[in-house]
Amino acid sequence: MKKFLALALALIMALSLFACGKKEDPQPETKDIKVGFITLHDENSTYDLNFINGAKEAIKNLGLTDANYILKTNVPEGQECYETACDLVDNGCTIIFADSFGHEPYMIQAAQKYPDVQFCHSTGTRAHTENLANYHNAFAAIYEGRYLAGIAAGMKLNEMIEAGQFTKDEAKMGYVGAFTYAEVISGYTSFYLGAKSVCPTVTMDVTFTGSWYDEALEKEGAQKLIAGGCKLISQHADSLGAPTACENAKVPNVSYNGSTKDAAPNTYIISSRINWAPYYEYAIKAVMDGKTIDTDWTGTLATGSVVLTELNEAVAAEGTAEAIKAAQEKLEKGELHVYDTATFTVKGAPLSVDHMADVDTDEAYTPDTKVVKDGYFAESEFRSAPYFDLEIDGITRLDVNFG
Amino acid sequence: MLKKQSLFQISKRDALPLPKALAIRGGILLLALIFCGLITTILTGQNPINVYGTILSGAFGTSRRIGVTARNVAVLLGLSLAVTPAFKMRFWNIGAEGQTLIGCLATTACMILLGNKLSTPLLILVSLAASLVAGAIWGFLPAFFKAKWNTNETLFTLMMNYIAMQLASYFIIIWEVPKGAGKIGVINQSSQAGWLPVVGNEYLLPILIVALMTGFMYIYLQYSKHGYEIAVVGESQRTASYAGIKVDRVIIRTMVLSGALCAMMGFIMTSGIDHTLTTTIVDGRGFTAVMVSWMSKFNPFIMIAASLLLVTMDRGASEVSSSLGLNHSFADILTGIILFFIIATEFFITYKVTLRKSSKKEA
Repeated sequence: MKKFLALALALIMALSLFACGKKEDPQPETKDIKVGFITLHDENSTYDLNFINGAKEAIKNLGLTDANYILKTNVPEGQECYETACDLVDNGCTIIFADSFGHEPYMIQAAQKYPDVQFCHSTGTRAHTENLANYHNAFAAIYEGRYLAGIAAGMKLNEMIEAGQFTKDEAKMGYVGAFTYAEVISGYTSFYLGAKSVCPTVTMDVTFTGSWYDEALEKEGAQKLIAGGCKLISQHADSLGAPTACENAKVPNVSYNGSTKDAAPNTYIISSRINWAPYYEYAIKAVMDGKTIDTDWTGTLATGSVVLTELNEAVAAEGTAEAIKAAQEKLEKGELHVYDTATFTVKGAPLSVDHMADVDTDEAYTPDTKVVKDGYFAESEFRSAPYFDLEIDGITRLDVNFG
Repeated sequence: MLKKQSLFQISKRDALPLPKALAIRGGILLLALIFCGLITTILTGQNPINVYGTILSGAFGTSRRIGVTARNVAVLLGLSLAVTPAFKMRFWNIGAEGQTLIGCLATTACMILLGNKLSTPLLILVSLAASLVAGAIWGFLPAFFKAKWNTNETLFTLMMNYIAMQLASYFIIIWEVPKGAGKIGVINQSSQAGWLPVVGNEYLLPILIVALMTGFMYIYLQYSKHGYEIAVVGESQRTASYAGIKVDRVIIRTMVLSGALCAMMGFIMTSGIDHTLTTTIVDGRGFTAVMVSWMSKFNPFIMIAASLLLVTMDRGASEVSSSLGLNHSFADILTGIILFFIIATEFFITYKVTLRKSSKKEA
C-alpha cells in the first residue's frame, strides 16, 4: 500500500513538473478588454454552439485573444445566471452577453447592480421598457431568412406539381414548432409567406412539441405531418429529429439553425440561421471605443446577421438560387416586405391598419403598439425580438403542446 | 472432506475506534484525489494539481463565490436533513424532488396571485404555510397508502415527483410571460412582493435557516421520543409494534414532516433565491440529498461535510470548464470517482473481508 502511494505521488509530481514546463509559449500583447459570455448549455446544443461560434468569431475578428474572454457554459435560467454575471464582473469583464431567453430577468438584476458594465441579452424583450442605460437586447430579422428559405420550399413544391407527383391543391407543407411563442409563429408564418409567394395554392399544417430540444418528439411530429399528406417539412426546434424523419420518408426538408445536409443528403434543401458574430463584434467594439450600444439591436441580411446556409442543388428546384437572390435584393432595398398585409388574411379579413401587438412585455399580454405601417406588419422594428403572433389563413394548427 | 467455501468471507466488524475510522476515511479521500489526478492526466493531459486548484478557486476564490457555495451547501443540506427522518425509518422516499417542487409551486402561486393584495411579511407567512401544507400532502399520500395498504413507497413517491412536475409545467404555461414563452421569469421583480428579506448579504438567510434546521434535526432524531420511535421502526417494524409503537402513525407523521421540510426548502428557493418557478428549479438535488443522507449515516453534522464536498465539486465544475476548457462533465466524473471511493470505504469499515486460506489457518 505504502509503495503504491509513494509511486502514485512520485508520478503526479513528475507529471506536474512536465505540465508546468509546457506553459511557456509567450502570449501576444493583448488589449485589456474582458468580455463575458453566458450560455445555457454547452457546444453539444446546436443553439448554444451557434452562439459560441459567433463569440469566437467576433473575438478573432476584433484581433483579441483567448485571454480577452471568459465563456461560462451550462448556466441555468435562475439565480445562477445572476451569480455568474456578477462573477464575470469580479473577473474584470466590462461587457457580458447571455444567450437564452430565460436569462433575461437575472441579467437585468445584474445590470441594476453594476451600472458601469454593459449587459447584452440575445432574444430578450424588456430592454426597451426597463430604462437601464447598460442593458441591451438583440435579435435578428430572421423572418427575412425564413421567407427566403420559404421561396426555396415553394419552388420545390412547384417542381413536384409539374412532375405530376400531386395536384396544385394538394400542395401542403408541414412545420414542427417548439412553443406557441411569437418567435416561432413569426418564423413559420414568414416561411409560409415565402413559399406562397411562388406557389399561391400552398397551405401548411403546424404541430408543436412543447420543447426547444426533443429529438424524439420532433421526429414524431414530422412523421405525423408526413402521414397527414404534407409534401415538404420545415421546423423550428433544435434537434435533428425532423430532418432525419424527412430523410427516412424521402420528403424534402427546409432546415433551421444551420445546414443538416450531412444528416439528410437526399432531402435537405436549404437552411436559415442567425449569425451572432456581427452583433458581438459591434457591441464589443462599442465598449472598446467608449460608445453606447443600441438598446435594441436588430441584425439584418445587410449586417450579415441573417444568413442562408448552403443550397443543396441536388434536391432544390432549378432556379432556386436566382429566385432567392432576386427576393433578397428586393428585401434589402425595402421594395418587398415579408408581412405585406396584401399577401395574407386573418379569419378571412385583411389585417386592420390599427392592429396592436404586445410589444411591451406584461403579465396580461396587453396589446400596446400599432405595428402596421405603409401596408405591412413592421416586425422587429419596435423591439428586436419578434412579436408577430397572428394566426393567418392557410396555416392550420394541428395541436398545441405546452411541454 | 472439507465443505467447499467461497473464496471471500464477509463478516461484520466490531465498531472501529473513531480516530482509526476517521484516519481511514481521510486516507481514502486522499487516495481518491490521487486516483482522480491520474485519471485527469491520462484523459486530458492537464496537471491535476492545477485542476484541483481551479475547482477550489471556483468554489472559494472570491468572497462572492464563498457566499454562493455556502448557500448552495445550505440548500443541499436542508434537503438532506428533510429526507433523513424517513430514511432512518427505512421508508424509501425518493420523492424529495417532487415535494420540493410542489413547495416551489405553492409559493409561486401565492406570490403571483396575492402579490399585490397582501403586505410582504404577511405574504411570506402565507407562502410558507401554503408550501408546508403542499409538501405535507405530498408526503402524506404515499405514507398513508403504505400504512393502510402496504403499497410500494418507492414507486409511489417516484410517481408523485412526476405529478408535481406536470402540475408545475401546467401552471408555468398559465402564468408565462410573454405569451407562449413557456417561462414565468422573475416573479414580482419590480415590487419584490413576497421576496424573503436580505439579511446581512444575499446569501446569509438560507444559511441561517438551515443551520437552525440542522440543530433541530439532530435533537429531534437523537433525543426526542419521535426520533426514538423512528429509529425503532427503522430497525424492525415488528419490534416497534410489540413495544407498543403505533407504526402506521409514525410512518405517516414522519413522512408528513419530511415532505413539509422539503417543501420549506422549495419555499426558500422560490421566495429567497431564484424568485421563479421552472420545472428544473430543484435540479436533481432532491435525489442527491438521498445520497448525502445515506453517506452520512443520517448524522446531520456529517451531512454538512458531504454537502460541502458535492457542492464544491459542482461549483468547481463550471470554473474547470471555463478556465481549463474541459467539459462541465469532467468534474462530474471526478465527483463520481470520489463518491465511489467513499462508499466503498464504508463497506470496508463496516465489514471484514477475509480470504478462505486465512480462515483455514485460524481454524
